[in-house]
Amino acid sequence: MPFSLLKYGLNKDYPFEKNADLPAPSALKQHYDVVIIGAGGHGVATAYYLAKYHGITNVAVLEKGYLGGGNTARNTAVIRSNYLTSEGVKFYSESVKLFQGLSNEFDFNIMYSRRGQLTLAHTDAAIRGFRQRTEVNKHFGGKTELIDPQQIRELVPSLNMNPADQPVLAGLWHIDGATARHDAVAWGYAKGATQRGVELHQLTEVTGVDVEKGKVTGVQTNRGKVSCGCVVQAVAGHSSIVAGMAGIRMPITTYPLQAMVTQPVKPFLDPLVSSPALHCYVQQTGRGELVFGGGSDPYPLYNTRSTMDLKESLLAHAVELFPFMANMRLMRQWAGLTDMTSDYSPIMGLSPVDNYYLDAGWGTWGFKSTPICGKTMAELVATGKVPELIAPFAMSRFDTFRQVNEMGATAASH
Amino acid sequence: MKIINCPLNGPRNSSEFVHGGEVRQMPDPNNCTDKEWADYVFYSDNQIGVVTEWWLHAASGYWFIAERHTASDEILRTYDPSEIYTSRFEFSEKAASGLPEEMTV
Repeated sequence: MPFSLLKYGLNKDYPFEKNADLPAPSALKQHYDVVIIGAGGHGVATAYYLAKYHGITNVAVLEKGYLGGGNTARNTAVIRSNYLTSEGVKFYSESVKLFQGLSNEFDFNIMYSRRGQLTLAHTDAAIRGFRQRTEVNKHFGGKTELIDPQQIRELVPSLNMNPADQPVLAGLWHIDGATARHDAVAWGYAKGATQRGVELHQLTEVTGVDVEKGKVTGVQTNRGKVSCGCVVQAVAGHSSIVAGMAGIRMPITTYPLQAMVTQPVKPFLDPLVSSPALHCYVQQTGRGELVFGGGSDPYPLYNTRSTMDLKESLLAHAVELFPFMANMRLMRQWAGLTDMTSDYSPIMGLSPVDNYYLDAGWGTWGFKSTPICGKTMAELVATGKVPELIAPFAMSRFDTFRQVNEMGATAASH
Repeated sequence: MKIINCPLNGPRNSSEFVHGGEVRQMPDPNNCTDKEWADYVFYSDNQIGVVTEWWLHAASGYWFIAERHTASDEILRTYDPSEIYTSRFEFSEKAASGLPEEMTV
């Protein structure tokens, strides 16, 4: 063992305060320019870009639990941009581009790994939908192709080509599809933000929002009252509840969504595979575990204690896709809360309350949009103008009946 | 499997039932504003607490009302819609615009 390491380990100043990833907790200040509710990926990314691009550092990120401990830790870490609408494809492609550079930017490995994502068509109608998605994606510079069963066999030799008596007819092959470590994304953003002067307050729950004459003036927390210039709400899974504190009613319904992970095995599955008809998607992590998830539970619920029915159907469909999975052991099973909108697009931007900005409605498409959300929400806060990229996702679209019908939003269909 | 108590068929497996959304007052489509209609169609309180909802027993095609807690998932009470809806609702244009407020549910 090198002596330098021994010396380092025995040094009484170890661990060095200046080397800590996050600064020690401090007292809440009386006033912040910006209060961000929720220290998940979106919240800390917004703080990071506010500090980095706009020089706004009098920012507090308030988190009722711990950093990245909510739905940031519960998603299945799929990154892709093979959506259906032009608004969606433009938005998510920017996100994929940002993801590709994050490890370098943070000087911290987020374990980004481009694998390609394969969606299976079992009907002629699904193939027609895939053709449209292929063309929309190509038009906006994405790498998406329609492939035949022979190509699918070559990509994924272990796949059952006739799962549940629904033969695989074609595949939507999204070459940019990728995965990354979701915790690391939140940690990287948090580290970068706090190094630039942003304050991160964990175990700080927002219990009320102060609104005066239609304008937000502060928030109340379990650690006292804080006044602020503006608020960004980034609390996927509890959007309606937190917005309700500011008197805002939202077009959202919250459902649990389940996922599971098996014991690790040798690498055999490179692409991320999903079947909308079977409500199931499967991928192998860098550690060799198989992660698989399905559609949302059938009725609204604020509870992550998953129902048995959904567990059974999810397992049955996963085993149909990859029959040998029947012999594998499950390590964990969990659920997250998905804030579903009726058009499967997010709700971003202005709200009926002045200076109260919404980053909500992140049903099953939140993790993959983390970087672009942070960037566009920071721009909105700093300039007060809604960036063009997120303008179609304004909450007011529901009042004017101009929804962004994003049926490519989910790899597992709801 | 979770058991739901159907007012018509008694306790049955939850897989036999379909969730039908919240019981709410429908604004008069001929006279309400776009905002009121959008609110009725898309918006929701979506809070943690007891909600009153429509449920369908799919096997018998029977709609009923349930009071359910959205965090504990406990179903507190189920009952026949006749407890709330005492008269037939007419969808014709004339009838819809001429009905008193309490009947336009």
